[in-house]
Amino acid sequence: MSTTALPTYEDVVARYEPVIGLETHVELGTNTKMFCGCPTGFGAEPNTQVCPVCLGLPGSLPVANKAAIEATIRIGLALNCSIADWCRFARKNYFYPDMPKNYQISQYDEPLCVDGWLDVEVDGELVRIGIERVHLEEDTGKTLHVGGATGRIHGATESLVDYNRAGIPLVEIVTKPIPGTGDRAPQVARAYVTELRDVIRSLGVSDVRMEQGSLRCDVNTSLTPVGQTEWGTRTETKNVNSLRSVERAVRAEMLRQASVLDTGGRIVQETRHFHEDSGDTTSGRSKETATDYRYFPEPDLVPLAPDAAWVAELKAALPELPRVHRKRLQEQWGLTDHDMQSVVNAGAVELIEQTIVAGTTPAGARKWWLGELARRANESGAELTALGVTPAHVAELQGLVDSGKLNDKLARTVLEAVAAGEGTPTEVMTAKGLGVVSDTGALTAAVDEAIAANPDIAAKVRDGKVAAAGALVGAVMKTTKGQADARTVRELILSRLGAQG
Amino acid sequence: MSELTGMTAAQLAGLIAAGDTSAVEVTRAHLDRIAGVDERVHAYLHVDADGALAAAQAVDTARAAGQPLGPLAGVPIAVKDVVTTKGVPTTAGSKILDGWRPPYDATIVARLRAAGMPILGKTNMDEFAMGSSTEYSAYGPTYNPWDLTRIPGGSGGGSAAAVAGYEAPLAIGTDTGGSIRQPGAVTGTVGAKPTYGGTSRYGLIAFSSSLDTPGPCARTVLDAAMLHEAIAGHDPRDSTSIPAAVPPVVEAARAGASGDLTGVRLGLVTQFATGEGVEPGVLAAFRDAVDALTKLGAEVVEVSCPHFDYALPAYYLIAPSECSSNLARYDGVRYGLRSGDDGNRSLEEVMSLTRDQGFGPEVKRRIMLGTYALSSGYYDAYYGQAQKVRTLITRDFTAAFEQVDVLISPTTPFVAFPLGARTADPYQMYLADLFTIPTNLYGGPAISVPCGLADGLPVGLQVMAPTMADDRMYRVAAALESAVGTLTPPEL
Repeated sequence: MSTTALPTYEDVVARYEPVIGLETHVELGTNTKMFCGCPTGFGAEPNTQVCPVCLGLPGSLPVANKAAIEATIRIGLALNCSIADWCRFARKNYFYPDMPKNYQISQYDEPLCVDGWLDVEVDGELVRIGIERVHLEEDTGKTLHVGGATGRIHGATESLVDYNRAGIPLVEIVTKPIPGTGDRAPQVARAYVTELRDVIRSLGVSDVRMEQGSLRCDVNTSLTPVGQTEWGTRTETKNVNSLRSVERAVRAEMLRQASVLDTGGRIVQETRHFHEDSGDTTSGRSKETATDYRYFPEPDLVPLAPDAAWVAELKAALPELPRVHRKRLQEQWGLTDHDMQSVVNAGAVELIEQTIVAGTTPAGARKWWLGELARRANESGAELTALGVTPAHVAELQGLVDSGKLNDKLARTVLEAVAAGEGTPTEVMTAKGLGVVSDTGALTAAVDEAIAANPDIAAKVRDGKVAAAGALVGAVMKTTKGQADARTVRELILSRLGAQG
Repeated sequence: MSELTGMTAAQLAGLIAAGDTSAVEVTRAHLDRIAGVDERVHAYLHVDADGALAAAQAVDTARAAGQPLGPLAGVPIAVKDVVTTKGVPTTAGSKILDGWRPPYDATIVARLRAAGMPILGKTNMDEFAMGSSTEYSAYGPTYNPWDLTRIPGGSGGGSAAAVAGYEAPLAIGTDTGGSIRQPGAVTGTVGAKPTYGGTSRYGLIAFSSSLDTPGPCARTVLDAAMLHEAIAGHDPRDSTSIPAAVPPVVEAARAGASGDLTGVRLGLVTQFATGEGVEPGVLAAFRDAVDALTKLGAEVVEVSCPHFDYALPAYYLIAPSECSSNLARYDGVRYGLRSGDDGNRSLEEVMSLTRDQGFGPEVKRRIMLGTYALSSGYYDAYYGQAQKVRTLITRDFTAAFEQVDVLISPTTPFVAFPLGARTADPYQMYLADLFTIPTNLYGGPAISVPCGLADGLPVGLQVMAPTMADDRMYRVAAALESAVGTLTPPEL
């Protein structure tokens, strides 16, 4: 389908009401898999973290991981859900080579947690997102399609499967449909996933890293013409792998659907694939001919019946909500609502918090994360956490600036090398000889040279035109290749010329 | 049949423990017997002579070193080919697992090894345990040692025939709808289905997960009880395994052998007592056995279990539904057969062709049935309804056991039938399990014990007990055995 003649976004939201919904999958950070004792570490050699159970070998049986059940209940509680006092796992039957048993142990009509909510902040305003359910299931393996142009199954000549991920506990969090957000729908989607990520991270049950797939998000979008009550047909967009992509995907899908509807077309209920590079979505498999998953209660597992006292205990031990936590930080850091919102939007709350813990002032930490680093993140389309720069690096860098060893310009150069993986700020500074020239003997020589080369300017300064010293400072900075502290240079020039700054 | 192969497991264990014979001698005697008769019986799909002799040698060495031996140490055993044995072929009677050697032992196999029981080999069965005659094995049928033109029952016909034909003193079977008891009945041997969850399913290749139960096949009730005790008990690898002490089945079998059933109340299920659909010879042998039990002091009352009439249809929805999911993993991607991977076919085509060529007709029939029964829009009418029936049958059992200690019935409506007699009409085959299926739906234990002959062929009597009261059925079965004796087939 051609997507050439897209209407403008303003035009779309003037004529259509978007309804969004999000399905989020979170890989739990348990030590062992959901139904066997295999380790769960990311990045191991393919098919080294497997056993008869997670390979689904004939005769093997699952045994549920209590830590995963506990983590799911804590997520449910943090999302204000009711916890089922009795529920079951179910089998979701479909054929796919990365599923060892050709069914996935999941939950169907009896999820562990139901009916909650999460409040998220959008432009300083709270939006309450309804949570339909939180359930527990096992992850599938990973298929690598080789030989095709797209890396997808169509056109591939060979498929390689890695079952290390098969059986890792996966929590699925499904929102209720979210109507009424209007033009802010993309922002709301992003704010929700961000807040959800922060909540889960605060629980310590997952590292929730979108770039590693431990947080995965499917975005449902539909448009309803203004004035109509019945919601439009929704699509489900997959491959949304960053917070930024969540926002972009909703927006792209709103624009696409509007252009289809505008030309008298019909929205097909289908899975769509988001493309990070182009920012648009393409059709995946149609849900209208979708597999019948033939769910039925998993007979190999006994029902889950979490003890009410245990659930109450878990509830009492929940940590402070990230939103509340942020309010506290805002006060500590002395930020306005607007400034704090910028920090939140940049996804920098924790980074700044950790940078302060590593020994920097709030202002110093904020300057880097929202300045140079945010700029780099925007340019490359990466998350702040994916830049290769840690809070410890930033704290160290700012420390070097504070102690006069680096000036701002040099610090940026150092940061670039740190991001490129060349070492810590101190290592980079030393290795590249980027430190501020503080040897006054060498500086004095450079200053005298500049005075000798610019007698007219020197004369003006001697006559009290102190502002003219700037040109001499520039000349000195030039000969020292920027490695001098400009303020020291200026003081030196003034004192050599007997002028007062 | 040599002197050693004619002995019971209890006798063999005694001789080995006393040093009157060795485990190696006993194992060798059985391997010789297999070599002599199995060409005609075809009880085994795979004989592991080396593995069995090595295990036997280990027992003899341990004994010589004065180490304590378990009650069945040195007694060899055959294992139904649906149970995984590390490094030893395990096919479940299917072409789709041809050549697969499991990388792990089933829990019950690990327990057999720990008990010092040499594993002679893997026995024939209906493919994936679906069938009542062993004719649905992809590797050819097994023949009943009583009459080689007749079926040995199924699905565990290989295990029953191995025991009946003295090719093993003991065997492991698995019972989903009667696959231990019905072969036991038609081969004149003892077959027990323990309480569901009483024996671990870990390593038992699943047919119907909520019904499958491994259990013992033997020639005497005491031998069955000894094997039961060796393999039973909680297994943390099986979530449905019951974390409770094993009922004292050996003690009960010994107590029952005294022949005193005074004060024991036996329930005759009204729905089974009419004799409808039961061969006259079977009914006659059963009624004689009931008389014998009465003479031992038991009180016999009739008990109505109205929902038993719906057991067969409910079973043929639940078991196929579960099997349609359990057997989805056989797709040629990871292990076993792979068909048509010639570089021109898509993954989907290879998976589909593998399943088409790897599964036999009965397995395909049940996968189709189950897939249909679980389909959206049909689930409530079929699978959901069948689960309700299952609950009602459980209530029938619970109510019955408020009136009586155990229930009794013929094990199966007919004696061993000629090969080919029931393969044309699946329903005629399904009827073989009419009396055994209710117990599986309920989850309680049941045992088939020989109770006489009809036209020269064995008839079995079934004793059903409440869940985790497996000892009760052994007591009654042992008492009946003491009254009617064991059966000996004609020399092969």
